[in-house]
Amino acid sequence: MEDSIPKMRVENLDVSYFDKQALFSINLDITKNNITALIGPSGCGKSTFLRCLNRMNDVIDGCVVKGKVELDGSTIYDQRIDPVTLRAKVGIVFQKPNPFPKSIYDNVAYGPRIHGLANTNSELDDIVEKSLIRAGLWDEVKDRISDSGTSLSGGQQQRLCIARAIAVNPQVLLMDEPCSALDPIATARIEELMDELRNRYTIVIVTHSMQQAARVAQYTAFFHMGYLVEKGATEKMFTTPDDKRTQDYITGRFG
Amino acid sequence: MNNLDNNNQLTDESPSEYSSDRLLKRQKKEKRFQLLGKLSVLASVSFLFILFISIIEKGSSAIRQSEVLLSIDLSTENFRQEVLMDPKKIRGSELNKLTRNSLIKLFPNVQSRSDRRMLYSLISSGARHELRDRIIQNRDLIGGIISVWLPLSDDADMYLKGNIKKDVPSNLRRFKDNQISWLDQLMSDGLVRKSFNFRFFTNGDSREPEIAGTLGALIGSFFTLLVTFLISFPIGVMAAIYLEEFSPKNRFTEIIEVNINNLAAVPSIVFGLLGLGVFLSFFEFPRSAPLVGGMVLSLMTLPTIIIVSRASLKAVPGSIREAALGLGASKMQMVLHHVLPLGMPGILTGGILGMARALGETAPLLMIGMVAFIVDIPTKIDDPSTALPVQIFLWADSPERAFVERTSAAIMLLLFFLLTMNFVAVLLRQKFEKRW
Repeated sequence: MEDSIPKMRVENLDVSYFDKQALFSINLDITKNNITALIGPSGCGKSTFLRCLNRMNDVIDGCVVKGKVELDGSTIYDQRIDPVTLRAKVGIVFQKPNPFPKSIYDNVAYGPRIHGLANTNSELDDIVEKSLIRAGLWDEVKDRISDSGTSLSGGQQQRLCIARAIAVNPQVLLMDEPCSALDPIATARIEELMDELRNRYTIVIVTHSMQQAARVAQYTAFFHMGYLVEKGATEKMFTTPDDKRTQDYITGRFG
Repeated sequence: MNNLDNNNQLTDESPSEYSSDRLLKRQKKEKRFQLLGKLSVLASVSFLFILFISIIEKGSSAIRQSEVLLSIDLSTENFRQEVLMDPKKIRGSELNKLTRNSLIKLFPNVQSRSDRRMLYSLISSGARHELRDRIIQNRDLIGGIISVWLPLSDDADMYLKGNIKKDVPSNLRRFKDNQISWLDQLMSDGLVRKSFNFRFFTNGDSREPEIAGTLGALIGSFFTLLVTFLISFPIGVMAAIYLEEFSPKNRFTEIIEVNINNLAAVPSIVFGLLGLGVFLSFFEFPRSAPLVGGMVLSLMTLPTIIIVSRASLKAVPGSIREAALGLGASKMQMVLHHVLPLGMPGILTGGILGMARALGETAPLLMIGMVAFIVDIPTKIDDPSTALPVQIFLWADSPERAFVERTSAAIMLLLFFLLTMNFVAVLLRQKFEKRW
């Protein structure tokens, strides 16, 4: 892990919802242009952790975040940091595909529009096309770009959501179980895509599937009951884990 | 029976309590339950049906009004010099005289004063207004003889519509025997017709049923609803957006929520009293005006709109909100670009239904004086006026037989508008339902 500069750094992160603490002093570095997988049983806090990385937890009632989260060395939980600009830098893709009930074009163009990334219509067209190409969806939708985003299949919708997220040109892409609502073929397609995307973006993915983590991620972090139990290179985690709990989880004894 | 046999086969090996007897009982219970449901539906539909039938039966005759053809002598010598210069100076009594003269020409042998008065009462006292309007519109009529269809009085109209029975003794009857004979003669001369009752749609209120119309009340209702909509819709939607999307969830907002729900349950007459006390007595806004009526009705509609709007905003899936926020939209952008457009059909539907309820509301309007007898058709929101349901209330209170059919006709008109609004609401809902 020492050989690459961390894109994001998390130090002593505590998160609680009202009185219930969900995360206990998490320390994790997220390396640039790599995929970091967060694994662990349900309710272990991995999604909560993910949502701390672009302050999506701000909108949840009663959620209190303590500790330090840095993006390129500057802390993001700062009064001066506007979560709106932060989320333009750290995009997110959700578990369930959630395209806007608008045209495919408008779905992708929405982000660039609100951030003023395009001055002319042709610039906007370019961004939309490029984003769809990168999300591997362009060939399938180029003839029906003005159809509703909700008319696509589940896998296509998820790739549309990815295209929508990368259209604002983020540096980090957070993915919260992006394949859990998809069939194996669509999943394979998205996994391929993630591998291509990591050249440009730093990716953090929450997944329930250990095979998926093993397939796509360079680094893996194992969460259990709100604690970060073990972190490290994926290969090592899946072959010679240090912690007993990690081994039990990976071998399917619990979770 | 086939069904039962199959079940028997299935339960062959199950314990004995699953015998066909028990199954039969269960099926019977099921059937009885469904029958109860069907009966309830039937009952409610038939109430509605009876209501419509009785109203239509009573009100449909108001669509036609009896008129008589009179030739009226408008020779110049019948008018004062002043009138010849400016027909607007014509007096109702002068026109009355001309109308009566033409009647006497038709019945020369009616001599006594009292008989003549009865003869004159065949014609509506509103006839002179129509004659006057006609002369003012076309002053060239002066100097000639014109044939015009003038409305018959309400009693004559009721007699022709069969609402006054001949077998009642003449002295107990509003429409006397000699009036009947004159009317019959007019009919046999072909001078009587029943024509479309346009006066019902183009006139204001009147003491005379035959020329009383609903236009004044309709416009009053329109202005009132306009004010109601302009006040309650923006305020209601804004409040709903704030409460649903922005406000912190704490004790204080909880109290506000509970009280909005309470407000929706307050009887409407209380809002009327509030309007009387605050808008009229304290702020001294004009009495009987749609402006105040609209303000009072918006107090009543506001909680409904807030509740409906919040419900339809809540129905927008959270994933859409997350998607917008995740892309770096601000909360306001999230609401204006995504949540509000998706919730709008529901909000509009609720708004229309709220307006429909306001349109049918009578009690609060009584309190602020919109129950006054107003003949003039309002042209501004602070003109004295009445509203359609109040007009119905006023007419239902009038003793004249002819107001019975007009009351029902006005109810039909009100129901028409209410049903149209509800229909639009249903259309909106269907058109935009579940777009995600």
